[in-house]
Amino acid sequence: MLGKLSLSAVPFGDPIVMGAVYGSIVLAFIILALITWFRQWPYLWKEWLTSVDHKRIGIMYIILAMVMLLRGLSDAILMRSQQAIAFGASQGFLTAGHFNQIFSAHGTIMIIFVAMPFLVGLMNIAVPPQIGARDVAFPFLNSVSLWMTTAAALLVMVSLGVGDFSKAGWSGYAPLTELRYSPSTGVDYWIWGFQIAGIASLMTGINFFVTILKMRAPGMTLMRMPVFVWTTLCTNILMILAFPVLTVALALLTLDRYLGMHFFTNVLGGNMMMYTNLFWVWGHPEVYIVILPAFGVYSEVVATFSGKPLFGYTSMVYATIAITLLSFVVWLHHFFTMGAGADINAFFGITTMIIAVPTGVKIFNWIFTMYRGRVRFTTPMLWTLGFITTFSVGGAAGVLLASPPADYVLHNSLFLIAHFHTMLITGALFGYFAGYTYWFPKAMGFPLNEKWGSAAFFCWFVGFCLAFVPLYVLGFMGMPRRMYHYDNPAWHPWLVVAAVGLAVILLGVLCQGIQLVVSIRQRHRTRDLTGDPWGGRTLEWAMASPPPPYNFAVTPVVENLDAFQDMKERGIAYQQPKRYRPIHMPKNTGAGYVNGVLAFLFGFAMVWYIWWLAVLCVLGMVVILIGRASIDEPEFTIPAHEVEKMEKKRFMQLAAVERKAPGTLSREVA
Amino acid sequence: MTTETATIGVVSHGEFEHPDPISNQVFGFWIYILSDLVLFSTIFAAFAVVGHHYAGGPTGKDLFNLPYTLGETLFLLFSSATYGLAMLAMEGNRRNLVLVWLLVTFLFGLGFITMEVSEFYHLIRAGDGPSRSAFLSAFFTLVGTHGAHVSTGLLWMAVMMVQVVTKDLTPAVQSRLIRLSIFWHFLDIIWVGVFTVVYLMGVI
Repeated sequence: MLGKLSLSAVPFGDPIVMGAVYGSIVLAFIILALITWFRQWPYLWKEWLTSVDHKRIGIMYIILAMVMLLRGLSDAILMRSQQAIAFGASQGFLTAGHFNQIFSAHGTIMIIFVAMPFLVGLMNIAVPPQIGARDVAFPFLNSVSLWMTTAAALLVMVSLGVGDFSKAGWSGYAPLTELRYSPSTGVDYWIWGFQIAGIASLMTGINFFVTILKMRAPGMTLMRMPVFVWTTLCTNILMILAFPVLTVALALLTLDRYLGMHFFTNVLGGNMMMYTNLFWVWGHPEVYIVILPAFGVYSEVVATFSGKPLFGYTSMVYATIAITLLSFVVWLHHFFTMGAGADINAFFGITTMIIAVPTGVKIFNWIFTMYRGRVRFTTPMLWTLGFITTFSVGGAAGVLLASPPADYVLHNSLFLIAHFHTMLITGALFGYFAGYTYWFPKAMGFPLNEKWGSAAFFCWFVGFCLAFVPLYVLGFMGMPRRMYHYDNPAWHPWLVVAAVGLAVILLGVLCQGIQLVVSIRQRHRTRDLTGDPWGGRTLEWAMASPPPPYNFAVTPVVENLDAFQDMKERGIAYQQPKRYRPIHMPKNTGAGYVNGVLAFLFGFAMVWYIWWLAVLCVLGMVVILIGRASIDEPEFTIPAHEVEKMEKKRFMQLAAVERKAPGTLSREVA
Repeated sequence: MTTETATIGVVSHGEFEHPDPISNQVFGFWIYILSDLVLFSTIFAAFAVVGHHYAGGPTGKDLFNLPYTLGETLFLLFSSATYGLAMLAMEGNRRNLVLVWLLVTFLFGLGFITMEVSEFYHLIRAGDGPSRSAFLSAFFTLVGTHGAHVSTGLLWMAVMMVQVVTKDLTPAVQSRLIRLSIFWHFLDIIWVGVFTVVYLMGVI
């Protein structure tokens, strides 16, 4: 009836795990109790869980990313403190098996459940308004993607308390992940969490690709799109082309484990290196999937806070496209040591080095944008400056690793760990934080506190350097990655410094928490009344903050790059149209949410071999899909007079701002 | 504040005010097909890598019955042609004819799937199931993935027949029929690849 599931699956004997489990349960219970106490269930259901509005979905994606970031950070704390302690006679507080689960979960969570939801959230919030659209091309699909991603994240969280998680690393190399070597449910949790989130990402990619190509405002040619839209478009292309490969790699591994097939086994003709190849054919583009949107954010931020158009817009666009193409021909550098031969390694080594060229072009573009600009050192700008400096160093380390002979020495060492954390933390995550701060007032209607924001940045920046520079050194000293215990006394001081660095990063996270609370409490005083708190250049700043459900009462007409800046300069940025038209908007639906619940139950059932439940869930999802496909009018109409009412309020607010501080609305022009 | 500004309002009340959902749907579906093509390509690549790893078990020459597979192929190719006729009938707004051709297509597709399931059944019963060797794993996965797609297409077609009856050929229904058409022809093209790479090259 319950497959392999029984009470013995819960690790009652392990105090660390059970502490985390009880903690999560208590926290979840408190949140649910609070929602019930304040009678917020109807509001939550009507306005959020069933919402197909890209702005709401974006916010929910970012909340998911933040929650999972805390989980990923807890894993990091455990690993860093174990390595700071477990030297020589001391065994530390983690067993080898537990340590392996932690680094596997850390990687999986940070890439799939922090980076992906964060960037998709930012895309959701910024892309439709930046192209002057009212929503994405497929709002319902958007909701399905969100709840499938959430379901997958929940699946990984559940593995904490029911069963175990994979011990085979986030990349899950075969044949270690085969049933013969990993008989427990850990790998299955990893497979289904990964698989469900991957399919959701593919759908997001298709959705935004169509949105960008088909729903731009009149006049917005491709070469007038904001750079963030360009990087999103390239990320979407990568998602569409790379994620199916991941789907297949995981599906073949699933078939090996569930039906005894022989794709990646080392018996009966299987080929384990095929898994490694397939995984990285997705995995390398994935690196660019997570970093390109961050590049887009930096471009928006640098231009806005330097008060100048981006330097070399065209070269920025072509550099992005070049990276997109090149990202598909470098995957083998993840396993030069496979022994594919000198010719193949040389090819992939050279293509990898070439990628540094367009990336370097971007770095120069950002620097030259600041040159002779009036740079305002706001929090988003701080994240950007921190990124430019550290990322250049990390990139140089990458070029070093791209050389196969050097890679043979540094492969699987902490040097590699230091390199890719530089790329992913100061490259991608700093960009998401910049975007989070930059678009927060747009999404919520009030800005984040600057003082706590810059405190958070400096903690993160200093903490990052303390935590990862020692890893570069340790890599050169020959320390391999993923060690739960070591005997070399020379490594120990460096690992202690790294642990201190993580503590400083945690201070940064604490500052971000305080920043959020402080900003919410101050929101009545700091409310963004104009919709353009930063002196922005792109169309999202033409809307009110927070935007009305339809974004734009009348679709804007674009006549130049930096469309909103152009409108401000021509003096037509804040003009009230004479009359309004009714607007069609997609209806909310609970189908996406229910589909997510079913996806979670399906994943859980597959992990524990509860076949009847898995079949029921699939049937349920098919029924939802068919039911949804039978609705011909998934839209409703906002009548013209209601649009007018909302817009009038906005224009009265603008007039009040102008009365109070004349010239506010034309500041940028002067 | 409002005198010259009306220009924005006037200009933008063009076709852009309501993006055409059907055009978006069809374009989006093409992109999905592209991603599905990548999915199939990956499985083809896996087949190319382990397709000759028989592990002492049977080879394609031992297992495949080409005339039988030719029958399957003809079913699928004819079903593509009849779906084309259904689309022509849709253009002419002839509802009953659409239904007839959809039904014929459905039956051809069902014939294909039945033959495939029967082939799988006999292989597994003879002990040549997917866990016998890497070659057979790849064979069952590649052919099975295509079969799963065709089955999904059949379910979709059944739903569409019901919709044509209950809703008539509304623009929304037509949009769905167009997308199913893209899907169905796509599966035909994939099958030509399967037939060539798996069966024809398998018996050489």
